[in-house]
Amino acid sequence: MAILIFADTSNGKVSKNALEAASYGAKVASSLGTSATVITFGNADAAALAAFGTQGVTKVLVNRSLSNADSRQISKLVVGAAEKEGASVIVFSHDLIGRAVAPRVSARLGAGLVSGAIDYPNTSAGFTVKVNLFSGKAYGEIEVLSEKKVISVLPNSVGLANAGGSASVEDFAFDAGASSVKVKEVKKNEGEISLPEAELVVSAGRGMKGPENWGMIEELAKELGAATACSRPVADIGWRPHHEHVGQTGIAIAPNLYIAVGISGAIQHLAGVNRSKVIVVVNSDPEAPFFKAADYGIVGDAFQVVPQITEALRKFKASHN
Amino acid sequence: MKILVAISKAPDTTSKIAFADNDTKFNEAGVQYIVNPYDEWYALVRALELTETSGGTVTTITVGTPADEPIIRKALAIGATDAVRIDAEATDAFFVASQIAAYAKDKGFDMVMLGKETIDFNGSQVGGMVAELLDLPYVSIASKLDVAGSTATIECDIQGGTEVVEANLPLVISCAKGMAEQRIPNMRGIMAARTKPLAVVPPVEVAKLTNVKKFSMPPAKSACKMIPADNAGSLIELLHNEAKVI
Ligand SMILES: Cc1cc2nc3c(=O)[nH]c(=O)nc-3n(C[C@H](O)[C@H](O)[C@H](O)COP(=O)(O)OP(=O)(O)OC[C@H]3O[C@@H](n4cnc5c(N)ncnc54)[C@H](O)[C@@H]3O)c2cc1C
Repeated sequence: MAILIFADTSNGKVSKNALEAASYGAKVASSLGTSATVITFGNADAAALAAFGTQGVTKVLVNRSLSNADSRQISKLVVGAAEKEGASVIVFSHDLIGRAVAPRVSARLGAGLVSGAIDYPNTSAGFTVKVNLFSGKAYGEIEVLSEKKVISVLPNSVGLANAGGSASVEDFAFDAGASSVKVKEVKKNEGEISLPEAELVVSAGRGMKGPENWGMIEELAKELGAATACSRPVADIGWRPHHEHVGQTGIAIAPNLYIAVGISGAIQHLAGVNRSKVIVVVNSDPEAPFFKAADYGIVGDAFQVVPQITEALRKFKASHN
Repeated sequence: MKILVAISKAPDTTSKIAFADNDTKFNEAGVQYIVNPYDEWYALVRALELTETSGGTVTTITVGTPADEPIIRKALAIGATDAVRIDAEATDAFFVASQIAAYAKDKGFDMVMLGKETIDFNGSQVGGMVAELLDLPYVSIASKLDVAGSTATIECDIQGGTEVVEANLPLVISCAKGMAEQRIPNMRGIMAARTKPLAVVPPVEVAKLTNVKKFSMPPAKSACKMIPADNAGSLIELLHNEAKVI
């Protein structure tokens, strides 16, 4: 009845999403009185993989022969590991790879899938897990009726355990069959902080007037250690790259802090950012709808306000070092 | 090329969200339903473009009741060749995926295309489940798709970037922004849609794996704390001391 966590380390690194899924799985395991194992593939070194132990995982199974992102092969690997471990609950991150693989594993095992969990399972009556629905406008308690269960965890929703400890790392030889998807090219986004994983995000919209004015947004983001994002029209006109576009048709994020500059706060934009823990809005229009969703608001001209914030941040950092 | 596109209904983005029957059901009163935008703008339109240039048919499939027919007719008006409605209430994702897979199984489709998620349940579940049930390759969150002969070239999102992959048909693809531009049905399309074939097929029996036990609304947001523009810098102290996010 163990808990299995799929964690993507295919690029040789252990990402925050992977650690968060592991932390979630380990916590479920301890509440059910069982152990948690991570299944992964790729070439991350054993010392990096042992770090899953900091989240309460005791064992990491790693398959060294799989290398690319064919969801069919990965799901076979996960199902193979689930059988080996006798797993009753399989946990994924609700990130891009999890979204491709978790449904396959669910269908293969006839195990009900809860996608985008924002809390731990409630087992007081049955097995229910809380998720966001209607693009963040409501919650649902999803009851899993099958004996085996699959859960994908919304990034940044439960955080890390940092329990301390080190996991044992074992090679897991497994034949996942031939790849049916050939990778021709990988294009990495510029910038060091990946938006879907970022805890702090500085975002700007059409109020910036033009792409040449983004310097101050980038400066604030850099000073904060934040990722940058934008509203849809800004990506559509080409002021910013498409992978920065957040909202209903872009990506949905749930950072701890979302600073929105010169963005009106249309419902479709909010749909992608309303799960942020704290929202700061800078807008020259006091009637901008975004203020209704904000925790902190500044009515003012972004061109004056943003440099002031950056300056205050520099001073703050200097005095807290 | 023979393409199957899954089409589902979704409440219009601006719909007011409310629940009925002791918060166990979505309250449909006054809700305007649209074709789920990812299904319509991206999966359907790209499927149409592909068959327009290299020939073939686009069949839409919807698991739903007669109440879903307006959105099916809309997909036909945009240009789908014909439509199938699996005559059942769409309960959970596994039920829907099982119906689509059962229908597609022996019909020789080159591709099954779907939106990356619906805008109500946001699950991203059906595509991967259909692929598994049909034992086909699955490429998800695709933003570009070209087909030459029996090979598809697809650009899709990966963590921290995008990836270009190649896969042989048949395959299942979930579609996101970038695939195609929205099409507005014209009068001729709307007239033609009235007489296009819409087959109603009984469902296969499938166990339900999940159930929404209860819906709820997020707690009301406390009022936004306003900071004077001439003291914008004080925001940093508040984010540190009060909100504790930096
Ligand atoms: C089906 C559908 C899906 C959509 N999906 C998305 C989505 O995923 N993401 C998304 O963002 N949008 C989406 N949209 C578009 C959305 O409705 C809005 O049009 C969009 O979010 C507006 O972007 P904006 O706030 O940057 O621009 P605007 O609406 O033009 O607002 C600019 C804001 O900047 C302020 N401003 C101007 N000058 C200054 C200044 N000097 N200082 C400070 N503030 C200033 C203005 O007061 C205004 O509030 C979608 C729309 C539809 C119909």
